[in-house]
Amino acid sequence: MAYVSIADRDHEIEHHDDPQTFVAKYVWSQDHKVIAIQYGGLAILIGLFGMVLSSMFRLQLGFPDTFDFINPENYYQFVTLHGMIMVVYLLTALFLGGFGNYLIPLQVGSRDMVFPFMNMLSVWVYALSVVILMASFFVPGGATGAGWTLYPPQAISPGTPGVDLGIVLMLVSLAVFIVAFTMGGLNYVTTVLQARCRGMTLMRMPLSVWGIFMATILGLLAFPALLVSAIMMLLDKLIGTSFFMPAMMAAGEVTEYGGGSPVLFQHLFWFFGHPEVYIVALPAFGIVSDLLSVHARKNIFGYRMMVWAILAIGGLSFIVWAHHMYVSGMNPYFGFFFATTTLIIAVPTALKVYNWVLTLWQGNIHLRVPMLFAIGFIFTFTHGGLTGLFLGNVTIDLPLSDTYFVVAHFHMVMGVSPVLVVFGAIYHWYPKMTGRMYNETLGKWHFWLTFLGTYSLYLPMHYIGFLGVPRRYFAMGNTDFMPDSAITLNTSMTISALIIAATQLIFLYNIIVSLKKGEKAGGNPWKATSLEWLTPDTPPKHGNWGHDLPVVHRWAYDYAVPGAPDDYTPQTVPADEVPVGRDHGVDH
Amino acid sequence: MYITLILLGVIMATIIWWLLRQTLSTQPWVSAAADDAVSGTSLDVNRKAVGLMTFLAVATSVFGLFISAYTIRMEEPDWRPLSEPTLLWANTIMLVLASIVYHWTRNAAVKGIEERIKPGLTVAGALTILFLLGQIVAWQQLSAAGFYVANNPANGFFYLLTAVHGLHMLGGLWVWARSTMKVWTGAGSDSVRLSIELCTVYWHFLLLVWIVLFGMLLST
Amino acid sequence: MPMAIVLILLVVGTLLFHFLSPWTFTPLASTWVQIDETINITFWVTGFVFVAVNLFMAYAVIKYRAKKGSRATYDPENKKLETWLTVLTTVGVAAMLTPGLFVWGDFVTVPEDAHEIEAIGQQWHWTYRLPGDDGQFGNVDPKHITHENPFGMDPADPLGRDDVLVYNPEVHIPVNVPVKVNLRSKDVLHDFAVAQFRVKMDLVPGMETFLWFEPTIVGSYEVLCEELCGIAHHTMRGAVVVDEQADFDAWLDAQPTFAETQQSSAGNAALGAAQYAVCAACHGQQGEGLQALNAPKIAGQEPWYLRRQLENYKAGLRGAHDDDIYGKQMAPMAATLVDAAAIDNVIAHIQTFPDNPAPTTIDGDVGNGQRIYNVCAYCHGKDAEGIQAINAPRMAGMTDWYLANQLRNFNAGIRGEHPQDFYGKQMGFMGRTLHDEKAVTDVIAYINTL
Repeated sequence: MAYVSIADRDHEIEHHDDPQTFVAKYVWSQDHKVIAIQYGGLAILIGLFGMVLSSMFRLQLGFPDTFDFINPENYYQFVTLHGMIMVVYLLTALFLGGFGNYLIPLQVGSRDMVFPFMNMLSVWVYALSVVILMASFFVPGGATGAGWTLYPPQAISPGTPGVDLGIVLMLVSLAVFIVAFTMGGLNYVTTVLQARCRGMTLMRMPLSVWGIFMATILGLLAFPALLVSAIMMLLDKLIGTSFFMPAMMAAGEVTEYGGGSPVLFQHLFWFFGHPEVYIVALPAFGIVSDLLSVHARKNIFGYRMMVWAILAIGGLSFIVWAHHMYVSGMNPYFGFFFATTTLIIAVPTALKVYNWVLTLWQGNIHLRVPMLFAIGFIFTFTHGGLTGLFLGNVTIDLPLSDTYFVVAHFHMVMGVSPVLVVFGAIYHWYPKMTGRMYNETLGKWHFWLTFLGTYSLYLPMHYIGFLGVPRRYFAMGNTDFMPDSAITLNTSMTISALIIAATQLIFLYNIIVSLKKGEKAGGNPWKATSLEWLTPDTPPKHGNWGHDLPVVHRWAYDYAVPGAPDDYTPQTVPADEVPVGRDHGVDH
Repeated sequence: MYITLILLGVIMATIIWWLLRQTLSTQPWVSAAADDAVSGTSLDVNRKAVGLMTFLAVATSVFGLFISAYTIRMEEPDWRPLSEPTLLWANTIMLVLASIVYHWTRNAAVKGIEERIKPGLTVAGALTILFLLGQIVAWQQLSAAGFYVANNPANGFFYLLTAVHGLHMLGGLWVWARSTMKVWTGAGSDSVRLSIELCTVYWHFLLLVWIVLFGMLLST
Repeated sequence: MPMAIVLILLVVGTLLFHFLSPWTFTPLASTWVQIDETINITFWVTGFVFVAVNLFMAYAVIKYRAKKGSRATYDPENKKLETWLTVLTTVGVAAMLTPGLFVWGDFVTVPEDAHEIEAIGQQWHWTYRLPGDDGQFGNVDPKHITHENPFGMDPADPLGRDDVLVYNPEVHIPVNVPVKVNLRSKDVLHDFAVAQFRVKMDLVPGMETFLWFEPTIVGSYEVLCEELCGIAHHTMRGAVVVDEQADFDAWLDAQPTFAETQQSSAGNAALGAAQYAVCAACHGQQGEGLQALNAPKIAGQEPWYLRRQLENYKAGLRGAHDDDIYGKQMAPMAATLVDAAAIDNVIAHIQTFPDNPAPTTIDGDVGNGQRIYNVCAYCHGKDAEGIQAINAPRMAGMTDWYLANQLRNFNAGIRGEHPQDFYGKQMGFMGRTLHDEKAVTDVIAYINTL
């Protein structure tokens, strides 16, 4: 029987004529790959801006009272915007809008996302949210300096920078972002569920898709909490309701507010905020699994455990949020519950780490740039994950919360680690996206400087936290518990930060220059098995698969199958042509 | 947060239970003929229906969180319940009727009874618009009686919840308007059947949400 | 290969850094040794995993790096191994969690006999309240807050009459007695943290939170606000002084009760006139100031600020630094005001002076000054009118060369360095953001326009 794919039968994705004009092709494009690059490019652009902000306030911390361009007002604005940009506008947008868009249709064998028009809207609404966010720098009073957590009452009462329009634009921008994310998210979920090619069972999907899929579900369910709290805070600010605002003073005057609960905001915020950690982490988990497997020329070890761990982490991530609030003044008895759930979530996470390392074991490891980033990720993520066990354990949180230990921990675990994966993934899929190879030497320089730079920045930061130095301090001044040597340490951390920032120029140079100068890559330079490497064209054309959709006969990890002629067997190769594992007695 | 936790717990549990059922028994490295035959479509419904279901999960999360915030904020001593205008009962009836008529139209579309679709859609939309107008009148009555948004959190929540629900309703009306336009310009039931089916689900969902919200507002 | 070597070096380096670096926990000064022990257990467990995972990975990278003709071993999963790893991980997690939960149980159960104090946070300073002889705190409500009643005590509540009010960021507690600190905020979130005591907790407006500890070592400990509370968050410092019981009792006796603070302390301007004769020699008959004698205008300055500065001069918090030439002149003059009543009287007399703007002597780039003043305005007010609740004095219409001198003093550490001059220290933090003379003159040129 001639095989006709669901997607072609379904008439909802019309036959793709390549759009002709520049505007239709690159601006109002409905091609998931163009949208992915728009999403990713914009996210990286705003992320670089966030990095520049961090360099600015690191200058103040490393060389206190030296630079005129940084004062307490813009220090707090930079800290706030840096955090918000990196977590939401860079990492969430890049992993889901960027990699999600690029990888899902290609890896599950679909021609495009199922709702391409909504997908296009998503990226432009995202762009709008970025514009609104940037605009907040230029309004009277400037951007908000409330810290990325935007805790009321302080976020909307005098004494905080940007308390007028700055915070309003911040909240509006977040709401707009959530709308954009939701439009994208509906696409990702539906595409994974409904638009896979024939033979692509859920358990044959690459782990990248699993990670992005679960992260999208988390995002769809968790972002509403941020939306709800943003709307309620806007009303408190603009109309004078008292959802979050208690009876309080402001600048020495008694306010009209009364009865509101600041802790309620924190519950809502972290009900979003904790799943948000996994919204960033799960795609990284998935992608890094694929990088490791491809470049170690070996199947991912314990695929099923990896999938179930993603599901378990996703489920558990909704019942750990209050570990951010151990010392927030919530009912202290909650601490017992949340410490327990938090440490339980460490188990599936640890299993993932073991399985990555065991994937390397007995592999055939090619230390190309993406692999370096993947191994670097395992190191930083192990470090960051383990320090999480300190903070999750409610007792230890007493001395450590609100100190630099927290800053160091979350930068290791959801700053450095996902960003290493981002870089690894960009290098890994660069040949597919552009048809050219990046420059390997520059890539290695980029890796080593970034990897060693970040570790020399964040390892000492943990110990500043042990001393008891609080985060979000414009200046520490003289304190009896902080030795002078700690100032020197701060200076060295700032120098590391500046080196890391400068290093990213190498990356930009590499990916821009290689667009024209890179070697032609061919369709499958890594000899990988998953579908995106099997497209008829590289870079893939609109519609991805030419005339016929692929048909899948095996999982995405058939590397070094005994008896197979090559050390990789693409997913489209039928079992009767090249054997699968079972035929050789490795089936348990 | 218990309400949100229960709602999201149910949603997450359903998703994970379903995924586990799809995945538990397989050894993916073993290529099975049955797997090779899988169509790549997990649910036997239109993809737009899957999109709508996903969106309803998001909306459930939004309303669940508002309700959670409402119940938590209600505990504070400054809470002064407001007396809901009687008009809300009439609005509720409008919305119930709209839902029923939409369902009736859907049945007609599924069975291909063309002549019912035009009046059905028109009446359902008109009832919904009446509901929204009624909500606005209820707002005016409240503020005329001195219940402003910022007076008390109970008032604030009333305006907020009705506004969020109304916005969702407006989104539905946008889709309704598109299919109604098609029908009035002579399109057949085939071209609007799916839209009507999905809108019916959406209307039922928003009716359910409204009944929950209204019940909560009345009882507190 | 470099990858594997670097991984090994990073593991070794991390361990060396951990054991050899001078940066570690601040020495403990309370009985929360259990917290440190829980951390140690966690260090051992996580340290083991960190070393094991990364060395294993480094070994794998060395052993299984790609060689000509080499091929990976096909190995989809190993249930037995994964089960073992799950069990071991669970055991490790339980080993960390269990002691943690027990210690948390201790933290949420305050000893019956704990000494109670209340710490109150406000942008950007600490104040304290003790329950007084009856051992019970009176009611407070933000709606009662006035300059005369900054704690917002309910005047109708008899329990509050004997509450001891400490309007000062420094509080004393007795050593070796469990202390329960009730925490309350008047405006935004704050957090009461003392590194040496290990525990911390947020202050939340509209509710009361608490923490407890038992101090074991006599001394003074810095209180830090550790929840972002606005632009001057980093200047919100206080001190807890742990005293022997006798010293504590003596300190307590010297603090006013609420009832005492409410007795009118309106000074007698007529009596003050006589006292003022000494001041007039330099500050002028009408308090208008005299640049030739380096005496600033004091007419029109707010009474609370005058009182605090006079007290600071008397107590040696100000005018004690060797390089503070003019401050050292003022200190003995302040000493001529023998008691609080004398200070009140002379301040009352100063209030009778006409408030004419001081002549301006400093020019500068007003535009740049305005930009700089943005930060100043948070405390001193948009019009430099001063905000008493933030302890920020008026600057508009006051003597500009004096302001410039004080900014230089703050910058040079001549003023605001005394450990008990908390408000001066705050200004020191802010003053140091003006890095050069131009910034000082520009901002003062702008203040002159207000």
